[in-house]
Amino acid sequence: MRILIIEDDRDAAAYLVKAFREAGHSPDHAADGVTGYDLAHEGGYDVAIVDRMLPKMDGLSLISALRAQGNETPVLILSALGQVDDRVKGLRAGGDDYLAKPYAFSELLARVEALARRRPKGAPEETVYRLGDLKLDRLSHKVTRGAEEIVLQPREFRLLEYLLQNAGKVVTRTMLLEHVWDYHFDPQTNVIDVHVSRLRAKIDRDFDKPLLHTVRGAGYMIRDSA
Amino acid sequence: MIALSRLFRATAFKLTLAILALSAIGSGVVLGVVAWQVIKVVDEETAQTIDAEANGLAEQFNQGGIRRLGAAILARSREPGPTIYLLTDAAGQPLAGNIAQLPPGALDNEGFIDTPYALTEGEPHPRRALARVFALPGGFHLLIGHDLGDRARIGGVMIHALAWSLIFLAGVAALGALFVTRRVLKRIDAMNNSARAIMAGDLAQRLPVSGSADELDRLAEGLNEMLGRIADLMSGLKEVSDNIAHDLRTPLTRLRNHAEDALRVDGEAANYRAALERTIEESDGLIRIFDALLLIARAEAGAAQTGGQNFDVGAVVSGLAELYEPVAEERGFALTAQVEPDLTISGNRELIGQAVANLVDNALKYGAAEENGGVNAVSLAARREGTNIVIEVADQGPGVAQSDRERVFDRFVRLEGSRSRPGSGLGLSLAAAASRMHCGRITLADNAPGLRVIVTLPASGAAP
Repeated sequence: MRILIIEDDRDAAAYLVKAFREAGHSPDHAADGVTGYDLAHEGGYDVAIVDRMLPKMDGLSLISALRAQGNETPVLILSALGQVDDRVKGLRAGGDDYLAKPYAFSELLARVEALARRRPKGAPEETVYRLGDLKLDRLSHKVTRGAEEIVLQPREFRLLEYLLQNAGKVVTRTMLLEHVWDYHFDPQTNVIDVHVSRLRAKIDRDFDKPLLHTVRGAGYMIRDSA
Repeated sequence: MIALSRLFRATAFKLTLAILALSAIGSGVVLGVVAWQVIKVVDEETAQTIDAEANGLAEQFNQGGIRRLGAAILARSREPGPTIYLLTDAAGQPLAGNIAQLPPGALDNEGFIDTPYALTEGEPHPRRALARVFALPGGFHLLIGHDLGDRARIGGVMIHALAWSLIFLAGVAALGALFVTRRVLKRIDAMNNSARAIMAGDLAQRLPVSGSADELDRLAEGLNEMLGRIADLMSGLKEVSDNIAHDLRTPLTRLRNHAEDALRVDGEAANYRAALERTIEESDGLIRIFDALLLIARAEAGAAQTGGQNFDVGAVVSGLAELYEPVAEERGFALTAQVEPDLTISGNRELIGQAVANLVDNALKYGAAEENGGVNAVSLAARREGTNIVIEVADQGPGVAQSDRERVFDRFVRLEGSRSRPGSGLGLSLAAAASRMHCGRITLADNAPGLRVIVTLPASGAAP
């Protein structure tokens, strides 16, 4: 997938280009806001990664300008300003996700891939997610695996729903915390892991083929490994 | 000389001079007004005297014509006094009177005139008189006047009085200025010396207070309070930087050790990988400490206010209870939450969330009661108390001794017995900073047994 990286720090940009290429994507790099805006404006990118502080045009203005032009390319904001209010400002300007520096590349990759797979604007929402013999019905709130109905707590349902939305892709613990619980702070302990293992016990334990996998050093992934 | 020039530049001295100038103008004006009034009265009286003379002479003229008038004037002219007379014929030649000289044309118009005159030819000092000119039938002119020497004397007395009073005022003012200025300068110098000593590094110095409770004392007291506050902040800052130095040094050293260790041992790829993973782990820990410090600093500065909005604290608390419940269960704790509905406050949801999360995390880490044979239980509560919203996190663990209950809110403070466990010593500091930012407070209480942390926040709409 095509990724536009707008970042003025040469080392950081070179690292990102290399890492995304290794992950099988085709990244382009712009070193300042104006070049970045021009490239993004031409379109064709699946995701843009925008640093907040850029020469010539700062990241937030760039995003606002793109959005004003009707450009809906998903944007992830990278910022050295990691605080809560900066995040709010970034999202308000039209960013789709926000990641504070320093970050783990696995986190960035997972978020970028999740952004790219957002359904296009106006497309109907899926009401049923299927993965192998697992089925989640968003309308009736029913989860079945094979012929068996699995009873989930509301939060476990949201967790599974989010994982299925991103089936086949890595989902990090912070992404889960943000999307399933709507918390943007550090829970100090492995709270997410325990929730995931509870969910895993319900959907995987009594079945031959596990669907929910732990990705070491990154997070979780739900996939049908058949 | 230097002292003198300092004296002249002093505000008190300048003020005294200004007051002196003002009082000089004031006394000048007063004396001027008095002189003017006195002169007016004198002039009026003079005019009345002239009119009286005129009436008397008019009677003579009516009874015996110009001859009788001439005789009367001759008779009156011989009497000594301030009154002057002059009778002239149609050609302007003097017929009778006691004036030797008048300016030409002085008799042309009837009525009152203020004119110079001389009693004898060639007098050295010109005299002045207020006079009335009458035109008589047959082209005769009569002038009756009154010498103005009295008026001039009154003016002289006034100027004299003014001069003396100014000299006196100047003397008194100069003495006063010297006294006041010296006194003020002395005290200001003392303050200045203290200020210099403080700037030189003696932060314990304070400005001298004379005890007279005057404005200089009030200034000194105000500045002393400020100095006290600055000293507090300075020592706080020093403590924090010492702590940061120590607490960042430790994980940095560990990080460096891991890297060095990996380099020294000629190992396999797996060893390198493990070392790198530990390095990343350590640096993540450092980032967490750093983030927490920044968050505390920002909360203390109130800078995170931009995210201010109304939100339900109860929802945050029950959400956190739900989030932590599996972890609690895993660690053998019973986590319960009692939350009232509609607990809206205005502020930063993330910060309050982080604060409560820190408290819950602490309770799960340090609130274990099993060693004492108790029950592992953490209870969360959120309720309304008057205009406040109260959040409580209570455990039944060993608790915190009364003497430590203030100290634990300081950054990096970790009590004995907790040092061996993972943690940064910033959790409670952040909770305290977040509470303060929301105009609330945080207190520790005995849960008998255990610790009860109480966060009190003003409810939305309540005055802060």
